[in-house]
Amino acid sequence: MLSDLKTAVRPALVLTLLFAALLGIAYPLALTGIGQTFFPAQANGSLIRDGDKVIGSELIGQKFASAAYFHGRPSAAGIDGYDAAASAGSNLGPASQTLIDRVRTDIAALSRTAPGRPVPPDLVTTSASGLDPHISPEAAFSQTDRVAAARNLPAPQVRALVETAVEQPALGFLGEPRVNVLLLNRALDARFGQK
Amino acid sequence: MTVSGWALILLFVTILAALAKPMGLWLFALYEGRSTPLHRLLGPVERGFYRLAGIDPGAEQGWRRYALHMLLFNLALAIFTYAILRLQGVLPGNPRGFAGVGADGAFNTAVSFTTNTNWQWYAGETTLSNLSQMLGLTIQNFLSAATGIAVAFALFRGFARREMKTIGNFWADMTRATLYLLLPICVVYAVFLIASGVPQTLAGWVDATTLEGVKQTIALGPVASQEAIKMLGTNGGGFFNANSAHPFENPTALTNLVQMLSIFAIGVGMPWCFGKAVGDTRQGWAILAAMGVLFIAGITVAYWQEATGNPLLHQLGAGGGNMEGKEVRFGIAASALFAVVTTAASCGAVNAMHDSFTALGGMIPLFNMQLGEVIVGGVGAGIYGFLLFAILAVFVAGLMVGRTPEYVGKKIEAREVKLAMLAVAVLPLVILGFTALGSVLPAGLAGPLNKGPHGFSEILYAFTSGAGNNGSAFAGLSAGTPFYNGLLGIAMWLGRFFVIVPILAIAGSLAAKRHTAATSGSFPTTGGLWVGLLVGVILILGGLTFLPSLALGPIADHLAVAGGRLF
Repeated sequence: MLSDLKTAVRPALVLTLLFAALLGIAYPLALTGIGQTFFPAQANGSLIRDGDKVIGSELIGQKFASAAYFHGRPSAAGIDGYDAAASAGSNLGPASQTLIDRVRTDIAALSRTAPGRPVPPDLVTTSASGLDPHISPEAAFSQTDRVAAARNLPAPQVRALVETAVEQPALGFLGEPRVNVLLLNRALDARFGQK
Repeated sequence: MTVSGWALILLFVTILAALAKPMGLWLFALYEGRSTPLHRLLGPVERGFYRLAGIDPGAEQGWRRYALHMLLFNLALAIFTYAILRLQGVLPGNPRGFAGVGADGAFNTAVSFTTNTNWQWYAGETTLSNLSQMLGLTIQNFLSAATGIAVAFALFRGFARREMKTIGNFWADMTRATLYLLLPICVVYAVFLIASGVPQTLAGWVDATTLEGVKQTIALGPVASQEAIKMLGTNGGGFFNANSAHPFENPTALTNLVQMLSIFAIGVGMPWCFGKAVGDTRQGWAILAAMGVLFIAGITVAYWQEATGNPLLHQLGAGGGNMEGKEVRFGIAASALFAVVTTAASCGAVNAMHDSFTALGGMIPLFNMQLGEVIVGGVGAGIYGFLLFAILAVFVAGLMVGRTPEYVGKKIEAREVKLAMLAVAVLPLVILGFTALGSVLPAGLAGPLNKGPHGFSEILYAFTSGAGNNGSAFAGLSAGTPFYNGLLGIAMWLGRFFVIVPILAIAGSLAAKRHTAATSGSFPTTGGLWVGLLVGVILILGGLTFLPSLALGPIADHLAVAGGRLF
């Protein structure tokens, strides 16, 4: 038993250090090199820029409160939501009073701006990451009247823009139909000017 | 439930079924120590490592030596990671200037990653430096998976060898699995992830100014390199708090499919490799079939429940499936599938928040773990856990027909059955014992976010996940306390090594036996009857123990929702 242990000491210590160098240093550094060389945009976070200014990331949702922009989903990331340095879900269970109260409040707010419309479930539920960049097409279409009114535009024009922003599942079934809220709002500004 | 949802599930199962034999062949080459095309490239690395470490890869080890060397290596790894985490504040590669991790937190995380659990009490982006993620954690993701493969190979040898005292060489098994299987796949995989949008940078975070003029700080890091092995090695420890739900870890539906496939990729090859090792690949297919039955049952219930949604939200006017804690790009089907896959294996990565699943939808991940994560299962761990149930199943069959049980040419006798029961008993003892503590002690009761039965489920899920070396969570639980860090650390260590050591003892005991030729009186361990018996034994032995705890948690939760009772 003791001799078994003794023979293990050198391999255990030396292999720990060798594998640390290979898997903990060389492997991630080599991939960083490959990523930065061949896919610099993706490797650095798929950032969107206006000149020198970083607007955000194509993959990361942002908080929108203005009536003139499309809104994303409620977010539990950070104190105010959409904190891209503190991803989190709400973790509320199905029988949670807090969950039910929150959804009730959000539905009430929605029915003020889009009365009589069915509530798209994704628009009153928090995402898993709190950074979901997408909403469902229904959730986007349910907001076109509000956005058009806030920008003094005819609703069909805004609706047409949303239609071009809908992304379909790959191969028809991989993923869900969705709209990237930040990209849609950028397109809105580009097309009709900032508001 | 939708047609496209089921199409995804069908595609997933089909790809894995097609992968079983090619992966099995690759594993079998490693099992036999044969040369692969990769040896030309990495052979010098392997030989160099052996030379520096003073290892003779051909030196056969008995089970005691194999187990001791495995344990000492894992202990050294845990201490290494503990040191990196504690010293984080003074080490380089720390662009955000995070302080060193506290003693209880570092203990928990070191044990967690060494045992292939990857339970995370912390949020990665606000706690760990780039160096800690790379050097402290990524290395464990590889080596804990390689340790699992080594133990599985040792057990295969126990069944395959005749009248021998040894079961292989731990150092060679572990090193070969790392160099010729895990590392090469991860390099290709990580490049795919980067191309799909997963960041890989050592630069600091980025400050953005949103369209509405608000500052948004975007956390970045060397994510892709860790993501690849996190999935392939069934580790599951995310770079970010939100794990594979975070758009930077899992940006598209395609990366999501590949991530789910990679959880099972090595596991589905293991039964074939086992069959080949014992000279009858039908034995492997029978195991895979039993796993498949349990898997399909799990995904059917979970998908159905999540697609049905929360009736309490329906009453408010928000119809449709349960989208709380799910991402739009994945939707209901891919979220339910991911949850079932990650808990059928000992992965524990999540692309949706299990805590916010419907009561019964969330019970499936919990139950999968309680069954011992033997439905394909973790890398190595899945097959060796499953073979424990196979030993118990032939024992049960032997009791029914009054014959000495045999399995793949080996008589299963009192010693093997006792050792198998010892290994199987660890899970309920640790899970139920520690959950009981957590449910009565004030330090335990301080943890849950949700009240009522769902709060109990959070505690039960935590210890199930810890002891099962899964690592997923009902993440509302505030687990970053000395109580949970300490107790879960102990649960993870027991759940890993108090299973592995009896398994190696079984391997040693079986290797010493002579081969028993099958006769007309032998119970056939291929075919439908055997598959049915396996499923039955897993459900009864693995599952029945936990039913009372499930009644107190998810089932009570379900009844509360049905009755409109809020907490």
